[in-house]
Amino acid sequence: MTSLGIQNISRNKYYNWIIKNLFSSWTNSLITIVALIFLYEIGSFFLNWAVFSADFRVNFNGEAIVDRTYCSKNIMPGEYGACWAIIYARWNQFMYGLYPIEEAWRVNFVYALLPLAIIGILFDKIPFRKYFIYFTFIFPFIAYFMLYGGPGLSVVGTNKWGGLLVTLFLGVTGIGLAFPLSIILALGRRSKMPIIKSLCVVFIEFIRGVPLITLLFTANVMLPLFLPDGVNPDNLLRALVAVTLFQSAYMAEAIRGGLQAIPKGQIEAAQSLGLNYWQTTRKIILPQALKIAIPPIVNTCIGLFKDTSLVLIIGLFDLLGIGRAALADMTWTKLYYEVYVFISLVFFLFCFGMSRYSLYLEKKLKTDNS
Amino acid sequence: MPKSHDLYGFFSVLYRERYVYTASAYNYKEEIMTKIKSLFISLLLTLGVSSAIAGSHGSTLDVVKERGKLMCGSNTGLAGFGAPNDAGVWEGIDVDVCRAVAAAVFGDASKVEYIPLTSKVRFTVLQSGEVDMLSRNTTWTLSRDVDLGLEFVGVNYYDGQGFMVNKDLGVSSASELDGASVCIQVGTTTEMNLADYFKANGMSYESVPVETNSEADAAYLAGRCDIYTTDASGLYASRAGYPDPSAHMVLPEIISKEPLGPSVRHGDSEWGDIVRWSLNAMIIGEELGINSGNVDAMMTSNNPEVLRLLGAEPGYGAMLGLSDDWAANILSQVGNYSESFEKHIGPNTPINIQRGLNALYKDGGILYAPPFR
Repeated sequence: MTSLGIQNISRNKYYNWIIKNLFSSWTNSLITIVALIFLYEIGSFFLNWAVFSADFRVNFNGEAIVDRTYCSKNIMPGEYGACWAIIYARWNQFMYGLYPIEEAWRVNFVYALLPLAIIGILFDKIPFRKYFIYFTFIFPFIAYFMLYGGPGLSVVGTNKWGGLLVTLFLGVTGIGLAFPLSIILALGRRSKMPIIKSLCVVFIEFIRGVPLITLLFTANVMLPLFLPDGVNPDNLLRALVAVTLFQSAYMAEAIRGGLQAIPKGQIEAAQSLGLNYWQTTRKIILPQALKIAIPPIVNTCIGLFKDTSLVLIIGLFDLLGIGRAALADMTWTKLYYEVYVFISLVFFLFCFGMSRYSLYLEKKLKTDNS
Repeated sequence: MPKSHDLYGFFSVLYRERYVYTASAYNYKEEIMTKIKSLFISLLLTLGVSSAIAGSHGSTLDVVKERGKLMCGSNTGLAGFGAPNDAGVWEGIDVDVCRAVAAAVFGDASKVEYIPLTSKVRFTVLQSGEVDMLSRNTTWTLSRDVDLGLEFVGVNYYDGQGFMVNKDLGVSSASELDGASVCIQVGTTTEMNLADYFKANGMSYESVPVETNSEADAAYLAGRCDIYTTDASGLYASRAGYPDPSAHMVLPEIISKEPLGPSVRHGDSEWGDIVRWSLNAMIIGEELGINSGNVDAMMTSNNPEVLRLLGAEPGYGAMLGLSDDWAANILSQVGNYSESFEKHIGPNTPINIQRGLNALYKDGGILYAPPFR
């Protein structure tokens, strides 16, 4: 009996919610119905394409798909389902680029360590957090050694890196390096010392006034012309420099917004307690400013993560570049939708994760009662 | 007019006054600026000179040999010309030129590092010395050869703008295309070639502008235009991806010259010779009937040119600074031009390009390598 009662109440709850939010007036009902029909049409078409009539590894005859001519849609005129075999066949390239496949365990190892390296920064209520933070600082060296090679491991040049590896490398390293740089820039911009202030302003405004593509081109094309022959900084490194500078300028502006939102009374209170500039900044100003700046910072991080695909224009095989290389292979050519849908799904997963994390952080750090 | 004159006077007075009052400061500033400028210029010069010295201390061949692998500027992915396959191995006729050079230098066609380059950065990357050669469907033109400081060493594919039509149209020659609608990428040289060709032949056309190749494919397949025009190799590659490739044909007329070939840096002539003759060795190999299967058997041939090419008669490799079996290595590991063509873009591949212009001169094409002697 009790369970029935609860069901009734909960049914009423949903019913009330639906009436209140979806069918409150006849215009609202009309819009709801039109939207539902629209969603149904789009959704059913997409699901049909992507799942129900799609080929995964075998076509409708049960043959393994080894090239595009085996896809059902290329055999049967009426078929239109996706042919995901290209993703299976190129999975290693999507994940590691042209990294030698017998060495791919090294990339997997780094992929596996990456969550451990960032968990200490992302969450503060985990056991042994101190050790996770230590690990965060060692991780870049481990990752460099594992990915590039060194004593005991064969060297894999960065021109062999690609796919998700390059996207994550540029995204994570770019954000990681840009964050401290951007705090310095933001503080410098608010500094009272004229030289430091003008340097920071010029840097930030210059970088923000130039599109990322231009920076990438400059880093890729101009740098080697100025440096002597022996010193050819690595292609990926050049892109990383451009990406980091770009990101730090944008992040600095986000943080400056946070700094400006701190009431002057906070600084004065800190000073009256006898704290010096660095103590005031580190203990009073930055914690509050960064909290305010979380949404715009995450915004720029998401923007940057997606912008990494621009490196395709200087010939780096990031996730998008490797997808286009797959399409250029005669074995799989013209399977545009499959490749681009897959790539956007991967980007979506990462960007959505970042945006959910920022929501979580905002809720957690919310101290006022509004 | 007088007003602007007045204004000029006004400003010049201002300027002169400022100059008078701040003369000493101005001179002081100027002095500092001059010093900074000269410092900057000397810094640039030092960098430039040191890079020039660094660049001249060894020939490209020595640099390549010392490095142990060839750095080859390749395409970021063009079907049949250069793209990584499922296993991540680069394939294509442009890639085969790189492999041939590696086979000639190292005796091992696999000692190549491919640097994928977009059309925007390819020339500067070659100039800066990051790659030893460029082999990525680049058209040989006067301005590139002379002004951009490239040295084209040959042609490995004669391309040109062509037309593709649906066979249902019943057209067999471009001269029957009067009044047709044409899918064309806007703002390209293709567009100008098309206009010139139709004008020269007294025909009219209706252009259907598209932005990209894939858009052109879609428009053409949807019947929004009768003809699709771009470089012939691009037409063949597009056709290979159509649901029914055999329903479309590329017309025999080619209306522009697009000779594609490998290039090296201007002034890098010794290295250019090696790349040139690596390509020529593949072409001569086809002329003489030497392929990857019969190199060993041909070593005992009666034809003196075969013996010279394969190094059975020594001396020719040394001229290039290579071992005598360099061409034999190319032919056994990469194959001759015909093998490369048939494997990557020939009629038995999905791209399905006929030899056409790219046949040997004695088979009706214009592929012609200077004699090996």
